[in-house]
Amino acid sequence: MGLSSEEWEIVLLSLRVSALAIGLTLPFAFALAWLLARVRFPGKVLLDALVHLPLVVPPVVTGWLLLLAFGPNGPIGRPLEAAFGFSVMFRWTGAALASAVMALPLMVRVIRLSLEAVDRRLEVAARTLGAGPWRTFTAITLPLSLPGVLAGVVLGFARSLGEFGATITFVSNIPGETQTLPLAIYAALQVPGADSAVARLAGLSVLLSIMALVASEWLVRRGAAGEVRARHAL
Amino acid sequence: MPFDVDLTLRRGGKTIAARFSGGEGITALFGPSGAGKTSVLDMVAGLVRPDAGRIVVGGEVLFDSAKGVNLPPERRRCGYVFQDLRLFPHRKVRDNLLFGWRLARPEARWLSLGDAVDFLGIAHLLDRAPASLSGGEAQRVAIGRALLSGPAFLAMDEPLSSLDHSRREEILRLVTRIRDELRLPILYVSHDPAEIDRLEATVIRLD
Repeated sequence: MGLSSEEWEIVLLSLRVSALAIGLTLPFAFALAWLLARVRFPGKVLLDALVHLPLVVPPVVTGWLLLLAFGPNGPIGRPLEAAFGFSVMFRWTGAALASAVMALPLMVRVIRLSLEAVDRRLEVAARTLGAGPWRTFTAITLPLSLPGVLAGVVLGFARSLGEFGATITFVSNIPGETQTLPLAIYAALQVPGADSAVARLAGLSVLLSIMALVASEWLVRRGAAGEVRARHAL
Repeated sequence: MPFDVDLTLRRGGKTIAARFSGGEGITALFGPSGAGKTSVLDMVAGLVRPDAGRIVVGGEVLFDSAKGVNLPPERRRCGYVFQDLRLFPHRKVRDNLLFGWRLARPEARWLSLGDAVDFLGIAHLLDRAPASLSGGEAQRVAIGRALLSGPAFLAMDEPLSSLDHSRREEILRLVTRIRDELRLPILYVSHDPAEIDRLEATVIRLD
């Protein structure tokens, strides 16, 4: 496709931001999916709504809220700065954080579905065979929900590759630091005569998304096939 | 006296009460469907908590509402053969069989994989996936998996219900061999008087 080294850097930065974003989100997404799928508690509806908020709120609002929380005077930003001298403001880590928040609802949904699809009767059987709750989780629940978890990871990754609004609001559009693919496309669009650069970056973006969607679909189907096999076994 | 059970469970408007002491061999819970036979099995296995009562198997107190004893299922050493078998679909037959064996304390493993496989005649199935087994084969694997977990007793929930006639005969013979050769107490749920007759079981009626 004849990318310039600058454009390659944009792609690599995007991949790095998305990788960190998903690494950050996955444990939370799994824990939340577990809570929503398996535990009954007061305020569950509220938590469910809260988790889904980034999906429906304008991304620019999410970015602004992140700005408030992680800014130098924010309730998270200030102690972070004071304790570790660390700030995500205008850093690629901040871009990852924005992507992570935006990917969370999508991942929770997919992982939750895969957890709900796990046959609880198999977990009960494991308990009678001597497995404690944790062992039952690692030996039965986790492997049976794994295709769905992986699908959630891939989908979250794709979502975060496309993240724009929250990122640009939260950490701005700094080449080499926070300028991921969509932000670079946006920047190129502001420059007269950069049409071919826009086209290349856009094409690349579409290609990456398609790859991720195909991978995710494949994983979901594999998981579903496993479910059907399990039912036939009974 | 392997089984010493006295329990009550209120569910909806219904009360399930069972009180029995089982001798050696097979103790059959008999009654029409809906009488709560499986619920009794689940309570003995620790899957459902009775509202009140006491469950003692082979001298070990598994549940005692008066003393606040309620062992979790993984500590009851109950080899539960479920009506729907519940083989683990993501594991080969071998790993299904060894699932409980690996978790059991070494001194609790009174049966080896080799002996179990010979006893059940399932050596040729070890590398198969559960989904590829016939009903009779899957039943044997489920029984093997329960036996290998080092149980103090077996709980069998209508093990013949999903089998055709010749397979039923096979499994019935297997159950009597477990009783006679392995000398394992069995709590057996059935709604078929002929089946219970064949097993020479101590019958507990649930209505």
